[in-house]
Amino acid sequence: MEITSLNKAFEQKRSGSATLGTFEEQNWSSFDQWGLPALKHEEWKYTRIRTLFKEGMLVDGAVSSLSEETIHQHFLPGELAANAVVFVNGIYQSALSHYTAGTDQLIVKSLETAAGDEDADFVKKHLGHSQQYHKDGINALNGAFAAGGVFIRAKKGKQVVDPVVIYHFSDSTTGFRFSQPRILVHAEAASELQILETYIRIGSEESLTNEVIEICAETDAHVHYVKLQNEGTGASHTGTTHIRQLGRCTTHAVTITLSGMLVRNNLNMIMEAANSESHMYGLYLLNGKTLADNHTIVDNQMPNCLSNELYKGIMDEESTGVFNGKIFVRQDAQKTNAYQSNKNILIGNQSSANTKPQLEIFADDVKCSHGCTVGKLDENALFYLKARGIPDDKAKALLLHAFAVDVLDQIKSDAIRAYADQLISERLSYSE
Amino acid sequence: MLKIDNLQARIEEKEILKGINLEIKPGEVHAIMGPNGSGKSTLASVLAGREDYEVTGGSVDFLGKDLLEMAPEDRAKEGLFLAFQYPVEIPGVSTTNFIKTAVNEKRKYQGLEPLDAAQFLKTMKEKMQLVQINQSLLSRSLNEGFSGGEKKRNEIFQMAMLEPKLGILDETDSGLDIDALRIVANGVNQLRSKDNAFLVVTHYQRLLDYIVPDFVHVLYNGKIVRSGTKELALELEEKGYDFIKAELEATTA
Amino acid sequence: MAEEQEDILEQVTTSEYKYGFVTAIEADEAPKGLTEDTVRFISAKKNEPEWLLEYRLKSYRQWLKMEEPQWPNVTYPKIDFQDIIYYSAPKQKISPKSLDEIDPELRKTFEKLGISLDEQKRISGVAVDAVMDSISVATTFKEELSKVGVIFCSMSEAVQEHPELVKKYLGSVVPATDNYFSALNAAVFSDGSFCYIPKGVRCPMELSTYFRINAANTGQFERTLIVAEEGSYVSYLEGCTAPQRDENQLHAAVVELVAMEKAEIKYSTVQNWYPGDKEGKGGIYNFVTKRGICAGDHAKISWTQVETGSSVTWKYPSVILKGDYSIGEFYSVAVTNNFQQADTGTKMVHLGKNTRSRIVSKGISAGKSQNSYRGLVSVSKNADNARNFSQCDSMLLGDKCGAHTFPYIEVKNNSAVVEHEATTSKIGEDQIFYCNQRGMDTETAVALIINGFAKEVMNQLPMEFAVEAQKLLAISLEGSVG
Repeated sequence: MEITSLNKAFEQKRSGSATLGTFEEQNWSSFDQWGLPALKHEEWKYTRIRTLFKEGMLVDGAVSSLSEETIHQHFLPGELAANAVVFVNGIYQSALSHYTAGTDQLIVKSLETAAGDEDADFVKKHLGHSQQYHKDGINALNGAFAAGGVFIRAKKGKQVVDPVVIYHFSDSTTGFRFSQPRILVHAEAASELQILETYIRIGSEESLTNEVIEICAETDAHVHYVKLQNEGTGASHTGTTHIRQLGRCTTHAVTITLSGMLVRNNLNMIMEAANSESHMYGLYLLNGKTLADNHTIVDNQMPNCLSNELYKGIMDEESTGVFNGKIFVRQDAQKTNAYQSNKNILIGNQSSANTKPQLEIFADDVKCSHGCTVGKLDENALFYLKARGIPDDKAKALLLHAFAVDVLDQIKSDAIRAYADQLISERLSYSE
Repeated sequence: MLKIDNLQARIEEKEILKGINLEIKPGEVHAIMGPNGSGKSTLASVLAGREDYEVTGGSVDFLGKDLLEMAPEDRAKEGLFLAFQYPVEIPGVSTTNFIKTAVNEKRKYQGLEPLDAAQFLKTMKEKMQLVQINQSLLSRSLNEGFSGGEKKRNEIFQMAMLEPKLGILDETDSGLDIDALRIVANGVNQLRSKDNAFLVVTHYQRLLDYIVPDFVHVLYNGKIVRSGTKELALELEEKGYDFIKAELEATTA
Repeated sequence: MAEEQEDILEQVTTSEYKYGFVTAIEADEAPKGLTEDTVRFISAKKNEPEWLLEYRLKSYRQWLKMEEPQWPNVTYPKIDFQDIIYYSAPKQKISPKSLDEIDPELRKTFEKLGISLDEQKRISGVAVDAVMDSISVATTFKEELSKVGVIFCSMSEAVQEHPELVKKYLGSVVPATDNYFSALNAAVFSDGSFCYIPKGVRCPMELSTYFRINAANTGQFERTLIVAEEGSYVSYLEGCTAPQRDENQLHAAVVELVAMEKAEIKYSTVQNWYPGDKEGKGGIYNFVTKRGICAGDHAKISWTQVETGSSVTWKYPSVILKGDYSIGEFYSVAVTNNFQQADTGTKMVHLGKNTRSRIVSKGISAGKSQNSYRGLVSVSKNADNARNFSQCDSMLLGDKCGAHTFPYIEVKNNSAVVEHEATTSKIGEDQIFYCNQRGMDTETAVALIINGFAKEVMNQLPMEFAVEAQKLLAISLEGSVG
């Protein structure tokens, strides 16, 4: 597939860093080789990604007319305003970002800078690891435009108190915007870091964000990651969150999708150290014609690990929810406990759910289970509520909220949880 | 029948049995009592041959053979039976089928013909009376979904079917109400004879009201610290284990 | 149960594949390789009508354009389709007019497999169609069945005697173009069984086909078609074995089931093709397409399979639930040991309203084998109130094997309820110790626990098969627990 504007953009940009330059070249040639995934690609069976790519899409991230005022207007309130990392059209904007955490706790700088200073070795070693799990053009295409990305490091033994909120702005005022943010995070030993990613589309035209964030957690690090998507019907998203446990540690990820046109989230938990723990939670609350596709991978490589996964979906109107959860248990990963559950409620007459939990077990002393359900709201519960005088719509909202709350409860930060709950409650017209 | 001489055992790096001496003769019932963590259940498990425990010293003679050298299944076939504190569930395998397999394995070992269906059923019916267990329970998957009382009755029922020389009851009373306890104890009492013996491991004296022991031993910190008759159990019940502890501390101090 | 258990215990002590012998009988064979001429040769041998030859040729041309599927979780060297003999028939001196005239050598072969072709010797009423290599050798109890209107004969015979039925239903459930191996089968299928149960008839005995590969270098491509008319019932059993050979042999069968309104078909398989030796040498490639359609309301199709053989298995017995209130079931035990690979499961396609399906799959992996469950539950837009429950359990014995689960669930109707549960575990050490303490050795304990694990599926098998299947499980896992 040839898109002239993409070719041109790649030709015109030249990264100043040799490391990044080589990385981009390699990815560009992989993209060339693999192309954009078609439906017959097993990993993209339900998600028609190719049609999103159009001739004439705006790929030049540097061009934006968004004012500082517009940007700040969309910042989250209260303590969530604390550490703000701003991307506009996939390019990190240090001038628009600000931090409450001191540099003794938290380092944020452009990927290009990091590729040339004391973090150079780390960048060289860890950037692009996610491609081992995603040999497709989407991941490679992001890699070909890595230079505008950001590098984040939480320092050894330090707790970054306020969440790091990453805002992804897409300027769609003048046309179809294609943004490709790239993020590399290093949580050093015994550090504690909360990350919230959120997406804002400005303008009435459509947009596509193709993101890759790679997070490396060292021994005893605690990483809590939340991805919150509520970008509106015109926005599409393909993103990979790739979390590596380099040392024994605990990582959490919560992925919430509330709107969009086509949303594809890849979440990988690569459990490379013994005795580690990982938790993955997801909620997709869809309406209209939204298609949300969550692909998760848990790769248990070492013994005595625990992984726990719960994804829940509510599909209204003509929306489609897709879940594909892979659990690998490698031969060395004895005594692994891996649990996975995916629950879907179909409300809309034209809604659908496709789910494929997948267990691939190569070690014998393991306990793994998965379960998935597709169904409707519990009619007995609904009747019970109505029999107590609660009107139909309220009763439904109450039950749906209760269904969703399991996932919300897993968000560690009170501020983020309250914010997500507010969005969901508004959406379900539910109030306590 | 059973002679334990200076038996020591540990699990991983932790010493649990620190030199147990005990002799049981045919026709006797011995009770082992002791506070939690004293090593009571370990002793039962080591005698049955559970591999989690490593025997680090001492010897056990069972009917003239070196018990510790035998595989768990051979100990069973020689006539040692352990009634588990936590009986294991095996989905899809009916209790009847399970016991028939066990009984015939033992018969094979003894050079006897396997029981045919009719003989087996007849024996089973007889033994079911002992612990008031019913047929429907026996056709269900082994221990799956059984209540605590049902599991323990099932253990005693299996013991009746296998007719062991030495029955070891590992806290068989735990989790039982008084009615269930009575049924279980009654079953054991009917199995008592001059040829067999029992080792009853328990935390409470209560069970010993129903299964009256000839000897009572107190296990504390991996050793038998006192032995006596059934009166010792009553004394323990009255004074609690603390008095033993206090006494020990007084002598060592 | 208890007696059967005893048998298993005895069997556990003997291990080798006991059906690995070869019958010394002359065969009438097609030359090696596959061209249009091969297809014509087969058709001519069987004296087939023009339409069937056309069907074969069309399928063959389709097949040439298709690609071998890559998605199953199995690996095997590329099959050289020109190195296979596509037609091999044991030569009988005269064509037998009755069961008494069957070549004694053939009769002996089936006796050895435990299949008596002598009706008097059968204790229970099971009618057998015995197929060796490419052709049906004998079908028993035909007369008795014909009294109630049931047709049970070889496919070749059906083509001659009941062409209208064959023409109507052949390829109606599994079109030739369905997949690579079904296209190949449609081109070169040689024989198989045909059953027709007329309206309202409850088939008085179990129908059974026994498949035997004998000749070297041959592929077996049988075709089975069962049609159950309104309100009828049939239970059908299928068994299979092959000689022990160092080279791999291909088995690519197609089975089609048609159940009309209120009809019920119960199809049971005990698959015991030669699995290859302990080093993974030889064995059958078992690439089979099995599908049934519940064409009318309240129809029911139930698949039960016990898969212990074959070096590579690729098979998904499926049900298309077209009629309202129709029911599909799939019960499977798949055991892999040594270097065996199995990728098996089912598809339940809910089209009609109030349709129900149930999937119970038990996979047991040992040695260096790979065992995959792959299934699809699809609920279409109009399938109001569809229900599915799936349970997939895997058990691992040893740390060199793999267990994989790939369930696809696609729901397009908001009144559907679909539930899927899967677990993977090993046999608990505490379970084995408990059995040891009751005097059982570890091997016995494992056989007992495995049979318990598979019981839900075993219970679905007709009595005669259940005993054999239980023995097979134990034998297949012989020596896998150390």
